[in-house]
Parts: sequence; structure tokens; C-alpha cells
Amino acid sequence: MTWLLDLTPDEWNAVRLSIKVATAAMLASLPPGIAIALLLARGKFWGKTLLNGLVHLPLILPPVVTGYLLLLTFGRRGPAGAFLAEHFGIVFSFRWTGAALACGVMGFPLMVRAIRLSIEAVDRKMEAAAGTLGANPLWVFGTITLPLILPGLIAGAILSFAKAMGEFGATITFVSNIPNETQTLPTAIYTFTQVPGGDEGALRLTLISIIISMAALVASEVLARRVGRRMDIE
Amino acid sequence: MSVLVDIGHRLGDFAIDAHFESAGRLTALFGPSGSGKTTLINMIAGLIRPDQGRIEVDGRVLADTGAGIFVPRHKRRIGMVFQDARLFPHMSVMSNLRYGRWFTPAAERYADMDSVVELLGIGPLLGRRPAKLSGGEKQRVAIGRALLASPRLLLMDEPLASLDEARKAEILPYIERLRDETKIPIVYVSHSVGEVARLASDVVMLAQGKVIASGPTEAVMQRLDLLPAEERGEGGAVLDTKVLRHDETFGMTVLGSAAGEIRVPRLEMKPGAPVRIRIRARDVMIATEKPTGLSALNILPGTIVAISPGEGPTVEIGIDCDGATVLARITEQSRQALKLRLGDKVFAVVKTVSFDRANTGAGLPLEVDG
Repeated sequence: MTWLLDLTPDEWNAVRLSIKVATAAMLASLPPGIAIALLLARGKFWGKTLLNGLVHLPLILPPVVTGYLLLLTFGRRGPAGAFLAEHFGIVFSFRWTGAALACGVMGFPLMVRAIRLSIEAVDRKMEAAAGTLGANPLWVFGTITLPLILPGLIAGAILSFAKAMGEFGATITFVSNIPNETQTLPTAIYTFTQVPGGDEGALRLTLISIIISMAALVASEVLARRVGRRMDIE
Repeated sequence: MSVLVDIGHRLGDFAIDAHFESAGRLTALFGPSGSGKTTLINMIAGLIRPDQGRIEVDGRVLADTGAGIFVPRHKRRIGMVFQDARLFPHMSVMSNLRYGRWFTPAAERYADMDSVVELLGIGPLLGRRPAKLSGGEKQRVAIGRALLASPRLLLMDEPLASLDEARKAEILPYIERLRDETKIPIVYVSHSVGEVARLASDVVMLAQGKVIASGPTEAVMQRLDLLPAEERGEGGAVLDTKVLRHDETFGMTVLGSAAGEIRVPRLEMKPGAPVRIRIRARDVMIATEKPTGLSALNILPGTIVAISPGEGPTVEIGIDCDGATVLARITEQSRQALKLRLGDKVFAVVKTVSFDRANTGAGLPLEVDG
């Protein structure tokens, strides 16, 4: 097993970067993910179908296309990219933040889907009851709705994390494959497979990738079960 | 304290057009399913916005479509107990109870945890999760949760409808205590004559979205003709009585009423305690002379004050027994055979065994009472 941990500094960086990117992508997508899921589950407005389609777009487009679209919008010269760089100093292109953005966008439909389903399963009568007890809509959301959709939130977050760990196409298109900056596990494995004698490194990173993904899955199961038990939904 | 409702509302084919006002301790909205009771109570709670009309509680306008007023539910401070309890599954019983307290301004909190827990007997449940409670326990916790928000008015939407008879009998005494020992006015939705007769001080009777009668319980419940068909058999006179003494030899309790002494099966209540009984019209026989050689123990003298046709071959006869009206349902054939007419002096005969838990306020067991 020791050979597994015998990683070069560049390989270690890829592991660390992957976890950092996936965590950032997951956390940053949660607030908009909840908001969009709420809109889709409860909202009645013109263009709901359009919004739903837009959210699901990364799921059906080739990842390269999504990456290229991100490059066009959030690249140095893209409208959003230029605006953010100029006013907030946030730069995405060829940075790890860009990788996180690409991963977040790719995992967004999965997250929204999971959260939306759990919101639709919430008994709205519970919310009405909380209202008669004096809770305004914001409190009702925070104390009733949010705790009740927690299992869905966890599932959505883990899906987003797992998707980010494996994201390749959009990331490499948008922010390229720069060691120590934008080289995540999948792109690092890809690089290994492109050079002679890189098999051992590719295998090591592949195993690490499997371990991290499994750990995330198990963690989500344990969390969801604990939440479920707390609520006696058996 | 008063509730004023004056509402016009459409739900598809169904139209509600209801006007009533009540200042009672416990006002029952009574009627068959589909008569609009639950819709009305939801409007008072602010869960449904009426198409047009006005709702006032204690002079405070909660909704007035003409003036564009609609107070949102969380600002009404009206407690609601739902048929399905609706306890929050992710909180303990204790947290459920505390929930409404959070949102009540400190100066307006009158309910305190200890006395509500004691009133409803839910002390042993506090640490549990709602999923681990029985239906009756859930409903008691739901009542406590609503009370602890210190509401100005408590609404109860068929709180017993989803419970079996044993659970109903378990909760009824607590609702009676709530009515008698707290100052909160209650509006209670029910389709059961038994519950209404036992609990209500005032009744608003609804049918097809309209108010067909309203007033004090004793008066409204006299109108057997207005009762929904499936509840007609349960209809009868409602009398307020007092426990006079217990007959230990035969296991009976003697009640004092305006109509005279009434013997019922033993009630676990102390002498002097008020008991409201309902004498079903179908349980009452009429005799033109004081009967002898008869097993029935309750023979009440009175005068016929009303005769109205009932369903099928029956007539309903109102007998004034010293100010308390007893109703009897007999056949038209018997009426003609006895030549009963308004003003006749007769005797109303009621068997002791026709009284049971459903038509006597059976009360709490003595040890809880003390």
C-alpha cells in the first residue's frame, strides 16, 4: 500500500486541488441551487420551462461545449469575465477558481434535481401550521422547510461533489491543464496516459480517485441515515 | 371576546355565503362534511383568502376585502389545532411546544409551559419524537403547541375526527378543561352531534356553505330537523345538570336538572360537578299518565310545547319539563293513538341505560380531577 502514497509533489497537488475545487464548487452551488430548486418546485411564473431547460443544459450538452461557452462568457475578454475582473478582481480563466466554476456548472443540474424533489416532498401543511404559530415565511423556511429537505440537500451536495471530482471536458476546455493551478485528478490522469511510462502514475491517481469518491458516497449515506433517524422517517 | 365572519367565497362549483357572530366560550361550527366548515375556519386562521367579506376577532379586522385588508397568518395570533395534528417531525415534543413562544411578543405571552403541560397531561411525552406518539397524544401536544403561542383565539378543526372512540374519550375531558379553565375563546369545527352537545356553548349550524341556525347550544340542538341525516339518530335535548349524589348500591349517579332528578350510570365525578347530558330523542318514550310497573327510572313530568313531523313515520315532540325542553321521537301512529296535542300534560320516560359515555360528560377520573 505504501507505493500508493508515494506521490510526486505534482501528483499531491492534483489531489489537493481536486478536493479544493470540488468542495468550492459544491459550496458555491448550494445557495443558488436551493433558490432555483425552490423556484422550480413552488414558483408559478412565465418561462419556468425555459429556466428548467437552462438548468439542465450542462447535462445534455457535450462538456466541451459548456467549457467553451464558459470561456466565451467568463474568459478575460468575455462580458462577465471582464466585468468581474474589473470591478471585483475575480479572475476565472486559467485559475483554480475557473475549474471550480466549470465543475459547479456541470454538477448544477444534478444538485437542483435532488433538492427540487425533496422540496416537492415537503408537506406544505407543516408550513401552514408554523405560520399559524407566528412564524413569518422566512422563519418557516429556516425552521421547517430547510430541516425537512436536509436529506435532499445532502444528496444534492454529494452529487455535485462527485461530479466535480470527475469533471474533465469543461474544465480542460475552460482553464486548460496547468500543473499546480488547474490540473485536477482527471486531467492529471489524462496527462499520465499521454506520456510513455506514465501508467503507474495514472493507476495511482485512479485508485485515489476511487477512494475519494467512495468516501464521499459513504459519508453521504451515513449523514442521510442519521438525519432520517432523527426525524423518524423509517 | 367575539368573532364576526361575513364571507362570500367560491371554490369551483361550491359557494360559501356565511354570516355569523359569536361571543361564546366555545363556538361550534357544525354541519355535514362539505358544508364549508373547514374552509371558514381556514379563512379565520388566514390560510385561505376569502373572495369577499370581512372577518373580525375581538373588534380587530383580520380581513376586509372592501378595504383591501388581509392580515397574514403569522400576524393574526390565532392558534389552530388541525385534524392531522401536524407536529413537526424533526423536533422533539418539547421543541414543538416551544415553537410558537418564539414568535410571541414577550408582553403578550400569557401561557406558561408548566400549566399547559399539566392541563393536557403531556409531561411524560416531552422528550419524545412525534413519530413515537399515539394519535391521542399527538393531538394533545398539538393543542399544547397552539396554546403556548398565547393565541387570542383558538381554532380546532375536527381534532377528534381521525381518532377511534377510545382516543376520543381520552381527549374530550382535556378540551372541556381547556374550555372551563382557560380564558381563550375557542371555535370548534365538528360534524358530530355528540361532540357539539358536550362541548359547545354556542353553535353555528352550516349546510351547503350557508348558516342555517346559530345561537346557544341548547336552543340550536333542539332543531332536530336541521341535523344532517346521518347524525339525526344522535339528536336530542341538551341539558345542563349537576351531580347530586352517587347511588353506591346500584352503581348509579343522580343528576339534578331543571326537569327533575335524572339517574344515569355511575359517573366518576364529585357531587356538585356540572355535567352536560344529551337525551337522544329516540330514547324518550311518552306516557299520558304517570306510568307504574315500568322498569325505566327517569320519569319527567311536562307539557307538550312542539310537535313537528320527523323523517318517515316519525314525529318529533318537544316537552317542556319546568323550563328544560326534552325531545321525543315517536311514530305518528303512537301520537294519534295517544291523541297528543300541544299543551297536553305528559310524562317523558328515559331509561337509565340509554346514557353512556357518548351522551354524558363522563369527566376525568377522580384522581386526576382532585
